[in-house]
Amino acid sequence: MTALFFRDIRLSFRAGGGAMLALAFFASVAALVPLGIGPDLKLLARIAGGVLWIAAALSALLSLDRLFQADFEDGSLDLIALAPQSLEVAAATKIAAHWLTTGLPLTVLSPLLGLLFGLPPQAYPALVLSLLLGTPAISAIGAVGASLTLSIRRGGLILPLIVLPLLSPAVIFGAGAVLAVLDGLSNGALGLLAAFSLVAVVLAPFACAAGVRLNLAG
Amino acid sequence: MNTALASLEVSDLACVRGSRALFRNLYFKVEPGRALVVEGPNGAGKTSLLRMLAGFLAPAAGAIALRVGDSAIAEAEERAKHIGWFGHQDGLKPQLTAKENLLFFARLYGSNPAHVVPMLDWAGLSRAADFPVQYLSAGQKKRLALARLKLSNRSVWLLDEPFAALDAAGKKLVEQMLAEHCATGGIAIIATHEAISLEASRMTLGNAVAA
Repeated sequence: MTALFFRDIRLSFRAGGGAMLALAFFASVAALVPLGIGPDLKLLARIAGGVLWIAAALSALLSLDRLFQADFEDGSLDLIALAPQSLEVAAATKIAAHWLTTGLPLTVLSPLLGLLFGLPPQAYPALVLSLLLGTPAISAIGAVGASLTLSIRRGGLILPLIVLPLLSPAVIFGAGAVLAVLDGLSNGALGLLAAFSLVAVVLAPFACAAGVRLNLAG
Repeated sequence: MNTALASLEVSDLACVRGSRALFRNLYFKVEPGRALVVEGPNGAGKTSLLRMLAGFLAPAAGAIALRVGDSAIAEAEERAKHIGWFGHQDGLKPQLTAKENLLFFARLYGSNPAHVVPMLDWAGLSRAADFPVQYLSAGQKKRLALARLKLSNRSVWLLDEPFAALDAAGKKLVEQMLAEHCATGGIAIIATHEAISLEASRMTLGNAVAA
């Protein structure tokens, strides 16, 4: 399955891949918000966590709709389904590759974008940690949606409707973790976010495999 | 290639798509080293039959029994591990080169990556090996998919319209690789409209019957 992992990473950086696209989208949305809100530093600092989290969820969705669909359309998914490894393992591999090419770069870029919001220094560890813990959940839950919509033409339009409501706990805890630091409160949100993320990452491959099987039989 | 002796027996198989029965009461047996050519008009259920044998589709009725070596296999999930698939979609990534595509499948299927380059030569693609697949012709892509099938080391080959887009030399290549595969005890089931010069059993799927 390392073969699938490295292939997906390679594809995401070749023409038509989503890695750089997601990163650029994330940066543009996050850069646009301070311009729209105006120079109210106090307000910007308070909304920074929420805006970055929403931008992260939206930019991950950009490349998620092709996660299984591209392999379905060219017939690769048939061959992956017949490979010695189970579809569950294949799904977990694809989720990991997606996170590594979108979630992780977004997390690394986030402190830089925090500067645009005038985020005070003590909030950066919470921001980065919350994205580090939470973006795997975005990839995992998004992959479940992608496996269900893989055979639908323009399934990318339905995907956010399925995935975004399921991501609301991650956004609440993730943005909440940053706010708690600003308010000087004790930070329980990160623990809840980690728990949510863990459950999502463990269960998603099974749901994805079921979704793929359903669509291959269609 | 180390393909084990395989035989496939299908009994009372039925395929229902939506509310339409494509075929029912289908019986056939493919002995080790034999090929079966499935013919029939468009929409007769040839592709559905192949997808059923591969385990993608669950049969509406009936059983598919595979025997590889000494072990009998009834489960679709186990059967999948012996299937060499050649669908009408090529399963190739246009952004990757021909060689990268084959290397990926060799690693995914646990085949020897050292066989990739000889296999490209065999398919007549040694000069196109480092081109991204999107620049290859339809026939070259088919040849690449054939090389992948040969590389898979599977004993049950399922081929859906293998001759489409191939030139005369390419067709010979298919017939030759099928003959070699059967000579080592493997089996092949081929859905095609075209004449094929291969010692094989023939079966015609009839027109759809109303459910």
